[in-house]
Amino acid sequence: MSGGSTTLPRWAAVVLRPGPARTWALAALAALVLLVLAPAVLSDFRLSLLARFLCLAMVAVGIGLAWGQGGMLTLGQGVFFGLGAYIMAMHLKLADAGPGGVPDFMLLYGTGEVPGWWEPMRSPATTVVLVVAVPALLALVLGTAVFRRQVRGAYFAVLSQALAAAFAILLVGQQQTTGGTNGLNGFRSFFGYDLADPVNRRMLYLLAAGTLLVMVLAVRALMRSRYGELLVAVRDQENRVRFLGYDPVRVKVFAYVVAAVFAAIGGALFVPIAGIISPADVGVVPSIGFLVGVAIGGRATLLGPVLGSVVVAWAETGLSESFPSFWTYFQGALFILVVAFLPGGPAQLAGVLRRRRGAGHAPGAGRAGADTDQPAGGGRGRRPDAGGDTADATDTLEDGPGRAATGHGDPPVVAASGPPAAAANDPDHHLAATTERHP
Amino acid sequence: MDAVLPQLFAGLSLGSVLLLAALGLALTFGQMGVINMAHGEFMMAGAYTTFVVQQVLADPGVSLLVSVVVGFLVGGLMGVVLEVLLISRMHRRPLDTLLVTWGVALVLQQVARDVFGAPNVDVRAPSWLAGPVQLLGVSVPRSRLFILALAVVCVAAVALVLARTSLGRRIRAVVQNRDLAETSGISTAATDRLTFFIGSGIAGVAGVALTLLGSIGPTLGQSYIVDAFLVVVVGGIGQIKGAVVAAFGLGIIQAFLQLGTTASLAKVLLLALVVLFLQWRPQGLVTVRTRSLA
Repeated sequence: MSGGSTTLPRWAAVVLRPGPARTWALAALAALVLLVLAPAVLSDFRLSLLARFLCLAMVAVGIGLAWGQGGMLTLGQGVFFGLGAYIMAMHLKLADAGPGGVPDFMLLYGTGEVPGWWEPMRSPATTVVLVVAVPALLALVLGTAVFRRQVRGAYFAVLSQALAAAFAILLVGQQQTTGGTNGLNGFRSFFGYDLADPVNRRMLYLLAAGTLLVMVLAVRALMRSRYGELLVAVRDQENRVRFLGYDPVRVKVFAYVVAAVFAAIGGALFVPIAGIISPADVGVVPSIGFLVGVAIGGRATLLGPVLGSVVVAWAETGLSESFPSFWTYFQGALFILVVAFLPGGPAQLAGVLRRRRGAGHAPGAGRAGADTDQPAGGGRGRRPDAGGDTADATDTLEDGPGRAATGHGDPPVVAASGPPAAAANDPDHHLAATTERHP
Repeated sequence: MDAVLPQLFAGLSLGSVLLLAALGLALTFGQMGVINMAHGEFMMAGAYTTFVVQQVLADPGVSLLVSVVVGFLVGGLMGVVLEVLLISRMHRRPLDTLLVTWGVALVLQQVARDVFGAPNVDVRAPSWLAGPVQLLGVSVPRSRLFILALAVVCVAAVALVLARTSLGRRIRAVVQNRDLAETSGISTAATDRLTFFIGSGIAGVAGVALTLLGSIGPTLGQSYIVDAFLVVVVGGIGQIKGAVVAAFGLGIIQAFLQLGTTASLAKVLLLALVVLFLQWRPQGLVTVRTRSLA
């Protein structure tokens, strides 16, 4: 193994070694594929399908930030996706109805009058503001309320899931004003552009692809900043961050709000592309569904959530039509295997294999290699969320709540772009390095 | 006053269903810090067990009573398999077990769909559970009373096991301090397994009870699991007391909220109340004091 890495060709070294060079190479490649190659080779139908998956990937980018980097497992991103989508859908409905007009479904089921809370969505500018502001506000209020009282781990996951359930029930219950189970559909135009025109649909794809790229780069910039280091630190050792004089609540709430806004923008773009939004897209099941791609792609990497969610959505569309039963088994099994044995996603596979192989050469490293499904650290807190008065136990400097509550098996493979501090925290790197140096 | 009593009974009835759904969940969550998303599917398994048992034993009354026992065993065994195959390998990663068990839930739902078909199936209720009885001037369906009784029996049985048996002593020891219990010679692995058996078995019994309320489909568990989680969160972990108070509390509050608003709005209000409640008691109603640092 010694010296093996130095003989790699230059291009291979750039692609295989984590670092800024690899991130930029991957980002450029992604931009090339998304903005140039895909529109050139894909049919209008396929391109529209891809655009829809990219909207789902936007939610995944946010989840990658909140869960992968921040350790907040949110099972309710469907709520924010749905808020963005419904606000946009209301605007499209009102725009189609014309000034002062009433959307068709309201004439059918409703009172024939536009309810007051729909009125702001008549204005395109207000709509764009609300798509961002409403989910951000909800995430801010909920996040502050929950994180301030140190509700975290499984408790936070359950609350966010309950939020998704309540949201879907509320939508179904308000048949007259939200379209009920049918949701909102049949949009004809998007900010004045005819949605039936293929050219406009291509522009819509480019808009989605561009937005997604901006989001990924924004998260990358965020993670390389001081804030990014704080976020990872809060995930791993919340109390230590507090003792250093930072407010972990603000750090967490910010990541949660960003994730909510990303999800809402994804939802808002999803509406004109998919042509429908209904409670079936925002409830408990789709909310967890967003996590599948993130987990499979690698929760703590930058591009993993994007690639994972696009690949999973693509595979689902392709396979579930012909083999619906097989697809569900496959999805379930894949989810179980990845989360249980490769919590860092396939990006981790190389490291696991390397350590396994290294174990043959170096007996000392063998145990560490075999224990990939065990956490590398976080020994003490076996039941992090279950412990009695964690709220009072602010003196627990040990590897208690923070570390274990993140639920990470292996410490995060902090994005390809991991800042030096984060990389140094990652025993994975040390392990791999040690093993490689071993004769 | 005329409106209060019916709502109170509706709340108690709702609470008893919630309690059956959440009791096993509270047990396993308290014991291992594991949130089992497949718990709802264990309930579904219990419900389908009732359906199968009724195909074999024609009499609805006999089959219902047999189903309670068989449902417990089916749910329990499924829980043990899950614990041995996956959860026991994933200690210290509670959030990941949540996701893994969701994958299991997906698979189980599809199994149910492939075996029993996607359309819902019905179980005939025995004649002695048909119709209402008059209680304090309120007419209450007999089936609801049966579920309430079943919930009371389950709680009593679990409380008895926890308080009086050596298994209960071991469970309490592991809940309070896992490492110290292990050091004292208690096999935490065996205790975990047995706890999971009991907890999942109660899910099976809950499933049997649900067949009295409506038809059975592959997504039966889904519709109860979120509420069951909320009960566990509000109740706090580790003790049965919390689950009981939270289940009936949430049930009654929801019943009264429905009085003033619509059912859908009541759900949202209930969630808002839970978030507010967590501001006051972040760890739930009842918490176990431990000396462990975590």
